[in-house]
Formats: sequence, C-alpha cells, structure tokens
Amino acid sequence: MAEVGLHDDGGRHLNPYLRFLLRRVAVGVVLAVLVSLLIFAATELLPGDAAQAILGKTATPEAVEVLRAQLGLDRPAVQRYLEWLAGIVQGDLGNSLSTRGPVTEAISGRVANSLILAGITSMIMIPVSLLLGAYAGTRPGRPGDLVVSGTSLAFIAVPEFVIATFLILLLAIGTDLLPPVSLVAPGTSPLATPLVLVLPVLTLLLASIAQNVRMVRAGVVDTMAAPYVQMARLNGLPEREVVLRHGLRNALPPAVQVIALNLQWLIGGIVIVEFVFQYPGVGQLLTQAVALRDIPLVQALAVLIAVLYIAVNIATDLVVVLLVPKLRTAGVQ
Amino acid sequence: MTRAAASWRRLPRPGRAGLVVVLLILAIAVAGPWFAPYPPDASIGPPFAPASAEYPLGTDGIGQDVLSRVLSGGRSVLLLAGLATLLAYAVGVPLGLLAGYSRGVAGAIIMRGVDVLLAVPALLLLLVLATGAGAGAVVLVIGIAIVHVPQITRIVRAATLQTTGRAFIEAAEARGDSTARILGVEVLPNISGALLADVGVRFTGSVLLVAALNFLGLGLQPPASDWALMISENRSGISIQPWAVVAPAALLAALAVSVNLFADGIAQVYARASARRVEASA
Repeated sequence: MAEVGLHDDGGRHLNPYLRFLLRRVAVGVVLAVLVSLLIFAATELLPGDAAQAILGKTATPEAVEVLRAQLGLDRPAVQRYLEWLAGIVQGDLGNSLSTRGPVTEAISGRVANSLILAGITSMIMIPVSLLLGAYAGTRPGRPGDLVVSGTSLAFIAVPEFVIATFLILLLAIGTDLLPPVSLVAPGTSPLATPLVLVLPVLTLLLASIAQNVRMVRAGVVDTMAAPYVQMARLNGLPEREVVLRHGLRNALPPAVQVIALNLQWLIGGIVIVEFVFQYPGVGQLLTQAVALRDIPLVQALAVLIAVLYIAVNIATDLVVVLLVPKLRTAGVQ
Repeated sequence: MTRAAASWRRLPRPGRAGLVVVLLILAIAVAGPWFAPYPPDASIGPPFAPASAEYPLGTDGIGQDVLSRVLSGGRSVLLLAGLATLLAYAVGVPLGLLAGYSRGVAGAIIMRGVDVLLAVPALLLLLVLATGAGAGAVVLVIGIAIVHVPQITRIVRAATLQTTGRAFIEAAEARGDSTARILGVEVLPNISGALLADVGVRFTGSVLLVAALNFLGLGLQPPASDWALMISENRSGISIQPWAVVAPAALLAALAVSVNLFADGIAQVYARASARRVEASA
C-alpha cells in the first residue's frame, strides 16, 4: 500500500480516507435514525399494541385502556417516538414487558456472548474462504477446483437450521462427542466451556463458506484471465509471483465485498443458530421477545442489530477503498 | 417443444440437475397428499413410534403419521414463497419503472426508501413485523415481499434507465403516449430479460425465509403440516425418532439447493445472452 497517507486534494488538506469515513458515518447516522423510525412504526402502529399483548385476547377493553394509560401508550405516537429515541441516545432503553426490569439489564451479558460467536466464526470463515477460493480460482477446471467447487455447490442455500439438525444428529446424538444444546450458566462466559461453541460455529461456517468460496473463486478466475496477468506471464515472471503479486492482490477487493455480505448474513444466521442451540445471545433473546411480543425489548434489540449492520457496511466500504486507490477519489467526491 | 428443448440445452449442467430435482419435489408437494396413508393432522398412534409396516416413517411427538405429514408438508413452503415473490414483483416492478423513468421527486423518494429498507437485515425486518402484527401466514408473505421490494426496484430502475433515450421510447413520447402506456408497453417488454434472470434468486430467498420463520414458530402454526415446522416440532425427540426430523430436513435441503442451482443456471443463461447482445451491437 504505497499511497496510504496524506494526500493533497485541492487545498482541503484533509486525509481523503478520513473525509470518506466522515461522510459515510454521517450518512450512516441519518440511515440509523430512519431505520429506528421504521422499527418503531412497525412495532407500535400496527394493530395490537403492548397492552393488548400483555393482557391477551380475553381482556376487557376497559382493562386494556387502563394499562395503555399506565404504559403511556395513549399519548401521540410522534411524542412517544421522540421520547424513545432520546432514551436510546442516553442509554435508557425502557423496561422489558416480560422481565419487568430494564431492557439494558436483559441485554447486557448477551451482547458479549453473541460477539464471541460471531468473532470466532469470522476468524475462521474469512481465511478459509479466501484460501479455498484462491486455491480453486487459480486452477479452474482441474481436479482440485472440481472438488472445492462441487462441494460448495452442494452446501449453498441449505438452511442453517437444517445443517444444525444434521450436525446434532451426527456429532451430539450419534457419537456423544459434543453437547446438543449450548447452555451457558448466567454470569459465566461461553469461553469457560468452549465445547458448547463448537456446533454453533460449525453450523455458521458450513452455511456461509460455500457461498464465499464460490464468489472469491469467480473473482480470482476473472483476474487471472485479465490481460495484465497474461502480460506478467509473458514477461517470464514465475507463476508464484504472477498469482501472488498480480492475481490475488487484485482479486482482494471483490473478496472483501463478499465477506462483507457474509458478515451481514451472519447477523441473521446467528439469530437462528442461537435459537437452535439455546445459546444465550442477543439472537435467542430477540426470538423470545418476538414470541412474547415484548415490544420494548424487540425495539431495543432491533435498533442495536440495525446499527451494528450499518457499522459493518461502513467498515467494509472503508477497507475496499483502502485496497483500491482508484476508488478513493471517486468515493470522496 | 423445440423452444423448451433449446432452453434446456443452454442451461448449464448443475442448472439442469436443479430443474429435475425441483420438478420432483414439486410433484411430491402437489400429489403427495393424495398418497398419504393417514390424515396429516390426526393422532393415529403412540407418540414417537419407530418406523414400522403400519407407520413407514414412524409417528411424531403427538402420534401423527410422519410419512403423511411429509407428503403434505411441501405445499406450504412452495405456495407461501411463490405468493411472497409474486407480491414483491407486483410492488417492486412499478416502483422501479417509475424511479427509472421519472427524473423528478418521486424517483428520489422511492430510492431513499429503498436505501432505508436495505439497511435492515431481512430476518430482523420479519421479526419486527411479527412483533407488531403477530405471527401468521399473511404477515409472513407480506414481510418477505417487503424484503425483496428494494432489490427488485433497484434492478428494474437500472434496466429502465438504459432504455430511456432509445429511439422507440422517444417515438412514443413524441406520439404523446401516457407515462403508464410507455412504461407498460414500451419499457417493460424490453427489460423482461433482466427481470427473468433474477426471479429464481428471489424465489430461493423466499423459500429460505419462509422456512426460517416457520422453523422459529413465527409463520404457520401447528397443526399445519410444513417441513420446517416439523423439524422444529420434533427436535426434542430426535434421539428417539430421528425420521420425524430427518425426512422433512432432507426434502427441505434438497428443495433449497435445487431451486438455487436452477436459479443460478437461468441467471447464467441471461448473462451470456446479454453479453452476446453487447458484442453484436458493438
């Protein structure tokens, strides 16, 4: 990366990467506010509110009205949205309807658990996808490629919970090697009992690596067929040099975008995997909250996940721009 | 017939395999209920009975016949995914046409809405909707359609932008045709290739989301027979009666993989066709 550093752009004397980042963060904040409005509207304006959800269908209309007043649901929606948004900014997420305690308390321990799951999965997923994709892409049509590509074709689009079910059957029930559910005692870290992490991580890897490998492979195949790679070969560079210096380096930006897509996918995948394995993370809490129609808890978790999603998008955009100097100026303007 | 044969020849080999398996599963889903030995939602034996001559795949947790439920459980996922995909196109295509053709405020508003919806992960959007409107098939179909609309709008808009300014559009504008007529009669037939290349991908996405929501218990409710719901219901008995989970899981996996292979094949055929057009016009 020879060109990283201060770059003069028309007298503004601001690092172009920094300017790009600031611009993307500003757009991201606006987007996050609009998404919060969407989440609030979908949970509060649709028929059936929190009061109705707590009391159930058999409640008298009078009882529902009293509870609505207690919960403050009889005030105008715009006022409630603004108060809710102000609360989020100050770190006050309201009270959960199911635990009756603050939402922040219900969430606190679970964020770390989900990040551990996501972190371990990405740390394995990213290098394995890149290696397998590059391996297959530099020998298209040869036996090594056929094995990798064929295997990934068979795994693409298999739902996470189907993969999880077969893994439980094979590795937890059939052989007793691993626990079929990932129970973690409250207050302890899953890292203290690493065996509970194996099946959830393996499920997420099997569900995502196939798609990654395929797209990285396609990128590498395209780059290896490009005229400048042919030229490097004709110049007599050793094949190793050609692959590493010219092929893989230029196949990297599309690969980063592939991985970005997968980090986004991971957010949905984790919800399902945590549900299957009863792993105490944010995703499991979210599905519980949805089933109980615990609206304040769902809103808080949804905003948390949406903000994370937007942040991942900005981070990967920045990595792509760092990798492709040409995009830097285009992205800044 | 010859057209069908020509299309078959153009399809890459994995796509052909995908099509064959999709048709097989479609046949099971449509005709299956007629061959079911028992009603799919009646307790006809002891819970988690092993496979036997009487119950070829055993029974589930409340004594329902697994084979009958497997034979009846394919319709729901195909039907719900199909409806959601259709609804998504019914909304996304007009929005995309309008956004691509009108250069005014309407287009800008549509595309900013698209940006906001794209910033929400698909599953999260569906979970939030299920909280607000309750679980069920109608919410499921509408929610999945909403997930697809932004992508469809983007594709249709991009394709529409390429047609504006072409001679036949300008001729229609000069004739004084209405915007609706220009979009429906002149633009739409010319972007159908870009649309069709994408339908399979959308349908695959719908199948996966329908399955996920039914599995999470936020779509169809028991005693409906649905492959994903069956997996969810019978997980607790997996060590006693694995068939109640394995049979629907295998069919669901086969459906998802084959639909995806076929969709991928169609997309490749259209990509090659449009590449040829570009070469021909250059």
